[in-house]
Amino acid sequence: MTFHITVDGREIPVVPGQTVGAALHAAGVRSWRTTRFGGRPRGLFCGIGVCFDCLISVNGRPPERACLLEAEPGDEVTTA
Amino acid sequence: MTQDLTYDLVVVGGGPAGVAGALTAALAGLRVTLLDSGARLGGQYFRHAAVPRREPGLDRFLRQVRELGARADVLTRHQVWNVSREPDGDVTVHAHTRDASGERPVTLRARRLLIATGAHDRPLPFPGWDLPGVLTAGGAQALLKGGNVLAGRRVVVSGTGPFLLPVATGLAGAGARVLGVYEAGGGLGLARHPLLALGKAAETAGYAAALVRHRVPYRPRHAVVAAHGEREVEAVTVARLDADWNVLTTSIVACDTVAVGYGFVPQIELGTQLGCDTRAEPDGSVVLAVDAAQRTSVPGVWAAGEPTGVAGWAQAEVEGRIAGRAVVADARPQAVRGSDGVLLRRRSRGRAFGAALHEAYPVRPGWQGWLRDDTLVCRCEEVPLARVREAQELGATDARSVKLLARPGMGWCQGRICGYAVSCLAGEPPAPPRRPIAQPVTLGALSEAAPPDAGSQDDPAH
Repeated sequence: MTFHITVDGREIPVVPGQTVGAALHAAGVRSWRTTRFGGRPRGLFCGIGVCFDCLISVNGRPPERACLLEAEPGDEVTTA
Repeated sequence: MTQDLTYDLVVVGGGPAGVAGALTAALAGLRVTLLDSGARLGGQYFRHAAVPRREPGLDRFLRQVRELGARADVLTRHQVWNVSREPDGDVTVHAHTRDASGERPVTLRARRLLIATGAHDRPLPFPGWDLPGVLTAGGAQALLKGGNVLAGRRVVVSGTGPFLLPVATGLAGAGARVLGVYEAGGGLGLARHPLLALGKAAETAGYAAALVRHRVPYRPRHAVVAAHGEREVEAVTVARLDADWNVLTTSIVACDTVAVGYGFVPQIELGTQLGCDTRAEPDGSVVLAVDAAQRTSVPGVWAAGEPTGVAGWAQAEVEGRIAGRAVVADARPQAVRGSDGVLLRRRSRGRAFGAALHEAYPVRPGWQGWLRDDTLVCRCEEVPLARVREAQELGATDARSVKLLARPGMGWCQGRICGYAVSCLAGEPPAPPRRPIAQPVTLGALSEAAPPDAGSQDDPAH
């Protein structure tokens, strides 16, 4: 029942309906961008679309909140 | 996309309050639409995976959702970024959504609006709180409920309030090793937990039994005061606290995940955009003022659930139904049947519970002593405590001037995460949010949403 998305070229499994953030977290990927000034790693924090820490670019689109965005089969995400 | 249809009611937020309000109005024959930012209705409490697990109350909620879907337009994945009132009293709702063709604006018009936008966790800053692996308690809960994902393997839960209990027992029940629940308040321990005094004995006993079963220590007057690690959290400093939350002694606990929460922030910006009156809760949060029928101070605008005061999902549903009945009475007085008596009595009890919660779990000022000069207060703009203090030395005497000088709260989240902390650091109660745009929106969507006569209307946000 699972499908896959790729993170920096590596396949990770997704249960249908999971967000990109949940799938990454489940695969042990807990940070995927760095901050502008301090270069600090960031991933999920509020988990419900409020904090914007989890911004991620999927399929080359402008950054979106990983905690809200449902993963689609074949999605390609890149981490910083 | 602008629809010609004018709805009798538009509801923003698909949790228990919004669904109850929308369904009540739809059952009376009103033309209703409900918008929610999520992929599935439920809000935070009834958040569920695509294949829902069995949870108390969830079946009933999902039946309500199915009934609503048959009688109203339900728009999921829609983010509402602005609401405005037209000269004729109608409300225009600006949202955006994303589908296969990209992001697209959606504009709806309605005679009435119900704000049911819920609340989010209220975090407090501490050294290392921006390390990956530190999540809000609600974030850890959302991962579990929404995606069946464990936030971590070795988890520490910390903060204040009864919400820590279901988060800890939920994680433990799903297989995480919960190393401790550190409740900064409540010097009395779980056996005399404030929830007991609030008539929630069975619920408290259930949590207590689950904590014992999973061997989770519950430590009142303790909190996580620092997180440590390079790329992710690897350990935390747990402190024993005095009554004002000053640190007495500390110890180190190795863990891979921290779930923290110090109460909730009601999401009220759609109300403040419209100029609705607000009031302050005893815990410092700002909520929309409503009358006995959940009506705000702005004609045609109702509010229900946490935006009118945090008191939990059952209270939210009651308030949603009361608001729905009031909306029906406004639209079709002949369609109202029965009296609100039972609902009003349940709401009174719920309000008393909410007020008692605020009394039982106050945030004490000692947390400010947990911060170091380089501790980030604002995560978005990466503003450390030192810059906040510098702004104050330059003469910033209130939260707004601190924000203008040091930029906390000026990033992506618009101060939702750090606003409470910045107010506390500035020594003043939190002010109502001023956010003319409630969600980030592309310039393209903004320009498409602007009517030809934009600018001629009064903008209540200014």
